[in-house]
Amino acid sequence: MTYSYAFLDEATKRMIRRAILKAVAIPGHQVPFGAREMPLPYGWGTGGIQVTASIIGRSDVLKVIDQGADDTTNAVSIRRFFARTAGVATTTHTAEASIIQTRHRIPERVLQPGQIIVYQVPMPEPLSRLEPRVVESTKLHALADYGLMQVRLYEDIARHGRSASAYNHPVMVNGRYLMSPSPIPAFDNPKMDRMPALQLFGAGREKRIYAVPPYTSVKSLDFEDHPFDPIRAPHPCAICGATDSYLDEIVTDDVGGRMFVCSDTDHCEERAP
Amino acid sequence: MSAPLMQATGLTLNFGRIRALDDVGISIWPGEVVAIVGESGSGKSTLLRVLSGQAQADAGQVLYDGQDVGAMTEAGRRRLLRAEWGFVHQNPRDGLRMAVSAGGNIGERLMAQGNCHYGNIRKSAASWLQKVEIEVDRLDDLPRTFSGGMQQRLQIARTLVTEPRLIFMDEPTGGLDVSVQARLLDLIRALVAELGLAVLIVTHDIAAARLLAHRIVVMRHGRVVEEGLTDRVLDDPQHPYTQLLVTSVLAA
Ligand SMILES: Nc1ncnc2c1ncn2[C@@H]1O[C@H](COP(=O)(O)OP(=O)(O)OP(=O)(O)O)[C@@H](O)[C@H]1O
Ligand SMILES: [Mg+2]
Ligand SMILES: [Zn+2]
Repeated sequence: MTYSYAFLDEATKRMIRRAILKAVAIPGHQVPFGAREMPLPYGWGTGGIQVTASIIGRSDVLKVIDQGADDTTNAVSIRRFFARTAGVATTTHTAEASIIQTRHRIPERVLQPGQIIVYQVPMPEPLSRLEPRVVESTKLHALADYGLMQVRLYEDIARHGRSASAYNHPVMVNGRYLMSPSPIPAFDNPKMDRMPALQLFGAGREKRIYAVPPYTSVKSLDFEDHPFDPIRAPHPCAICGATDSYLDEIVTDDVGGRMFVCSDTDHCEERAP
Repeated sequence: MSAPLMQATGLTLNFGRIRALDDVGISIWPGEVVAIVGESGSGKSTLLRVLSGQAQADAGQVLYDGQDVGAMTEAGRRRLLRAEWGFVHQNPRDGLRMAVSAGGNIGERLMAQGNCHYGNIRKSAASWLQKVEIEVDRLDDLPRTFSGGMQQRLQIARTLVTEPRLIFMDEPTGGLDVSVQARLLDLIRALVAELGLAVLIVTHDIAAARLLAHRIVVMRHGRVVEEGLTDRVLDDPQHPYTQLLVTSVLAA
């Protein structure tokens, strides 16, 4: 059996590209698309893979990360999938990649003009927990009626004393659309603001694509008297000593030993002595 | 006399063969309390929903502050509903967010209007809890831990926090014990007087109408059969149906 270039047939890719163009034209707005069955179950990044498959060309260099790491099974198999079906070069270096597909992290290295970051999105609707009716949440977006989201932040502060959820902290895009940043740590949210790279988001199960064009304002929701203030573990990286990177806590033995290391493995390797 | 705050004329609405509203006209002036009474199925709730822009009539017009509510965009109507109007439902579950704390429930309208200061929102929420006679230490509790009467008072606080001009209430004391009803009615009466609100209240309870309302509108089979000042309607009813309504209450 033979597959089309980058697995998806040309008609499907055209349809997805149309959705992407519309998404770029309306920053933060979720555009429905006719998601295709992919050779992976939902939850393995099918939305991101379909977006990548629709934009990738032979001259692209692809990097894939899962929670910041290039070497997890999932990242490795997606990279191999595109190396095989699209004949592209792959890399683990952020600086060398033209397309970065990611699950749950933004690289520490500042992304450059011309680069594209593709996020895998499990749940695209930021209002879903508060307003499960799709017709109603669509209407709230249309009317920019986001008081409900502010209520959720209010509840967070009232209960936990903080406004920043650790992950998936909602953002306002271009002062108009409320958007889920996907489950990246709140620490990464500021990187989205006026990012020189194009940001594309694909949700396979929910069949939605959305986008943030380069240099677009992305503001994390907060209160005037509880400004957005994401947490970073108060340690330097145990490998490279970085004090400004997002850290993973790693258990080192079975007697409670642990250490903090950069979650962005490429960043850490570049810095390590 | 000044212009009415809201004025509706010729409202007609059919549900299949049922004529829920039949050429209904009604006006309410700033600061006025109008009670809508009538038997079950007479169209009271339907009228409130049409007046508040939540349902569209087949014919007729609703003017609010001189503006045609039917001709507004949905965005415009929603803005009115969360800023200048308020709606208090019979069932608190329809009017409260049960998964959100009392403070969050009260603060929602403030936040929807763009208030982004947590401390100020919390201060208003606490002061409104006090106004509706709920202990301030319940601010972070969920509504389901409240009694039925407290839930209704919370719904009122949540609605009044933005100091709207016009409140719609659909049997706000409906599911409550008699003694709880009396306390809630007293509270509504005090708040309405203090804030100078205009209120359209649907009620089955003639005694409540007498306590609260300046004017009474009597509905039957989707029509307004009688209306007038409260004392006049209750003490000297003209329409045979109103006479029946008043005497059956007195007999009860
Ligand atoms: N959505 C609907 N679909 C069909 N019929 C409806 C609908 N809403 C109301 N009706 C009918 O319209 C009539 C008026 O109903 P409405 O709920 O306005 O009465 P009501 O005076 O509020 O009664 P109650 O005192 O029992 O609350 C009734 O015959 C009712 O069955
Ligand atoms: Mg009713
Ligand atoms: Zn490191």
